[in-house]
Amino acid sequence: MRAGRGAPWMLAVPAAVGLAFLVLPLVGLLVRAPWRTLPQRLAEPAVLEALRLSLVSATLATAVCLVLGVPLAWVLARTRFRGRRLVRSLVTVPMVLPPVVGGVALLLVLGRNGLVGRHLDAAFGITLPFTTAAVVIAEAFVALPFLVITVEGALRAADPRFEEAAATLGASRWTVFRRVTLPLIAPGVLAGGVLCWSRALGEFGATITFAGNFPGETQTMPLAVYLALETDPEAAIVLSLVLLAVSVAILTALRDRWIP
Amino acid sequence: MFKRALTLALPALLALTTAACGGSSGDGAAKETTLTVFAAASLTETFTELGKSFEAANDGVTVKFNFGSSATLAQQITQGAPADVFAAASPATMQTVADAALAEAPTTFVSNKLEIAVPAGNPAKVDDFADLANKGVKVALCAEQVPCGAAAKKAIEAAGLKITPVTLEQDVKATLTKVTLGEVDAALVYRTDVIAAGDKVEGIEFPEAEKAINDYPVAVLKNAPAKDLAQLFVTLVLSQQAKDLFTKAGFTTTP
Amino acid sequence: MSGLSARLDVRRGAFRLDLALDVAGGEVVALLGPNGAGKTTALRALAGLVPLDGGGITLQGRPLDKVPVEKRPVGMVFQDYLLFPHLSVLENVAFGPRSRGVKAAQARKRAQELIARVGLTGYEKAKPGELSGGQAQRVALARALAVEPALLLLDEPLAALDAHTRLEIRAGLRGHLAAFGGVAVLVTHDALDAMVLADRLIVIEDGRIVQEGTPTEIAHRPRTDYVARLVGLNLHRGTADGVLVDVEGTRLSVAEPLHGPVFVAFAPSAVALYRERPDGSPRNLWKATVEGVERHGTSVRVHLTGPFAAAADITPAAVADLALRPGSTVWAAVKATETHAYPA
Repeated sequence: MRAGRGAPWMLAVPAAVGLAFLVLPLVGLLVRAPWRTLPQRLAEPAVLEALRLSLVSATLATAVCLVLGVPLAWVLARTRFRGRRLVRSLVTVPMVLPPVVGGVALLLVLGRNGLVGRHLDAAFGITLPFTTAAVVIAEAFVALPFLVITVEGALRAADPRFEEAAATLGASRWTVFRRVTLPLIAPGVLAGGVLCWSRALGEFGATITFAGNFPGETQTMPLAVYLALETDPEAAIVLSLVLLAVSVAILTALRDRWIP
Repeated sequence: MFKRALTLALPALLALTTAACGGSSGDGAAKETTLTVFAAASLTETFTELGKSFEAANDGVTVKFNFGSSATLAQQITQGAPADVFAAASPATMQTVADAALAEAPTTFVSNKLEIAVPAGNPAKVDDFADLANKGVKVALCAEQVPCGAAAKKAIEAAGLKITPVTLEQDVKATLTKVTLGEVDAALVYRTDVIAAGDKVEGIEFPEAEKAINDYPVAVLKNAPAKDLAQLFVTLVLSQQAKDLFTKAGFTTTP
Repeated sequence: MSGLSARLDVRRGAFRLDLALDVAGGEVVALLGPNGAGKTTALRALAGLVPLDGGGITLQGRPLDKVPVEKRPVGMVFQDYLLFPHLSVLENVAFGPRSRGVKAAQARKRAQELIARVGLTGYEKAKPGELSGGQAQRVALARALAVEPALLLLDEPLAALDAHTRLEIRAGLRGHLAAFGGVAVLVTHDALDAMVLADRLIVIEDGRIVQEGTPTEIAHRPRTDYVARLVGLNLHRGTADGVLVDVEGTRLSVAEPLHGPVFVAFAPSAVALYRERPDGSPRNLWKATVEGVERHGTSVRVHLTGPFAAAADITPAAVADLALRPGSTVWAAVKATETHAYPA
């Protein structure tokens, strides 16, 4: 910290405490990690399987969130309708709901006997629970609010007059959104996507409740970590570190690639 | 000097905090008025009942429960959680506490037996254990890492069956939920869980369950802040009154 | 039928804009007015960005008020240009034609022509962030012209430029507007911009038209204090009886004989100040009190009160000679030939 340019202590002290608060538990994991047996543990196919499933499902869930969440954020930020405030608070429900309850709620709607799931089963023979699709759905359900809130904020911060300018040039509402609005809020969408992906990657409660836990099919890293914790805490630490290292590597690479 | 002061101050501090948390009528910092019991989740209903009669019999005593997965509880105890009594759903988890020299003479007080649980009405027409190996019958099991999963594995091996479950749940309650919601056609859970679920599920007994009896040990903990009360509570758990309660809940009691 | 005929009625809370506009094809009209007069609202209503509460718009004989923004044959230059920051100059200019269904190659060709016309060849690949204010203004104009509009709207086109660039861009813009065959409506609060760029001025105050005419008419015969200040004249309302006009009890001699209510206008530079009552040639003379003194270009502007408010422009040397300070009493004089009277 250079003299004159440094943060005042009223900010610097809580900032340092805040950072320590976030980093110390990680240090705890690193200290307790069984470094000597690490390579052989990592070579276990079950670990790689869970990691692959985690990455694939979190990425698919993020894609689902982008496809559904960006339009939802647009509607909330750019249109006026009765009950908009209610809708806005409904969007945050998955953030407040304990994830396990979210998983039960998903079962009640999309399960084999659920409100919608019943008809899916009867009409198409599709049952969602215990499939990788269910993992994606559970993760998307929990992660969607993060994307919607971030993108809505970006939309509110963006100057709507650019959209007006595009309209006077003859662009339809869809063209305006695609060629002007979306590029303008791209950093916000990216940030929302990263949050969404991170949340999906760490998702546990809704996933295990709605999708169950079966290696190769629905067992993501957090589920594997939780079960390893029952009998083998060291294995749980290894799995957590793998998940952490991979996600940090991916996010750093993304940041270098996309954010100048 | 400092160390001595600390050893004197710590119990007082603990008593203070537990008194504050329990909200009991603390008539002196040193008096044991709170008993802390760590018990397996499957004991929730029976132990809560026992706790009430224990409080009624011992004036001014409050019993605090921490129900959870046996493995998690064992871990909390080995990490220094201030518990008086530990009741586990498997000897293995009790062993981890005993290995850390924290549990005194564990005693088995009940055992629990697996049953096949099917949703009310038994939509997949499951009659016996072998039916669980049928294609088209969706089965939920507990994960091997938790006691009910270990027991299920043992029973399946004893029967020589090849069962492919759709899910390996993190605990027995989660497994049962999949049955009550009708998401699976059958699950292996404890008899006590089938009884607790009422008429939402039906239980089917099967002979191989005898090969996978799950014993529940209870022990007073070495560092118990309220050791005398803990001993009293364990005596209650082993009493005839408790046995009736456990039997009603579906446990098998040892004679 | 090639022109614009509109009555714009827009209500926004207590504010109401209500004006009738008739502009011929090829004509450039400037809407001039103080902040909050409703100029920009009028422009946005013509573009379709603000809905009308009453009235209607007809362009080239076609009703326009029910046509959505993106379907109107309108090109608009915004005050701070609003060039799309993520698109290159070429993509910005080609945006309109592309949005209106022109094929990519053709849209690029048209964009290139327009970029050349505004003198920015070589900047096609530049991003708006890399352009100077003057360049950005020209790109904005090219972008608006690229849709080949029948109606060109310009909102304070020069307001964001510094004085030097403004001079240059103003001259260039005048050329482009002269070459434009459709109807052009521009909004400004700068009298000079309006007079250089427009064939006709419409002065708006508080949502209504207060004066309309050619730049010469407006410059010489202001009808409101706002317009008089804008064109830099002293303006007074009075009653004429021949060459004598009664203004707030003071009789002023004017050059033109008139009768009834009139305006009398004279330039601040035509006002002479004296410490003592001057003798000699008969002229309009009144006793005034100095209210304030401020620098005004190379001269000094003296604000006077007295029978009526007036401004006088004198030299810094004269200020010293007269020992002027707020509260001083002076005699003010204006020759009859320096005044201009016209019916109110």
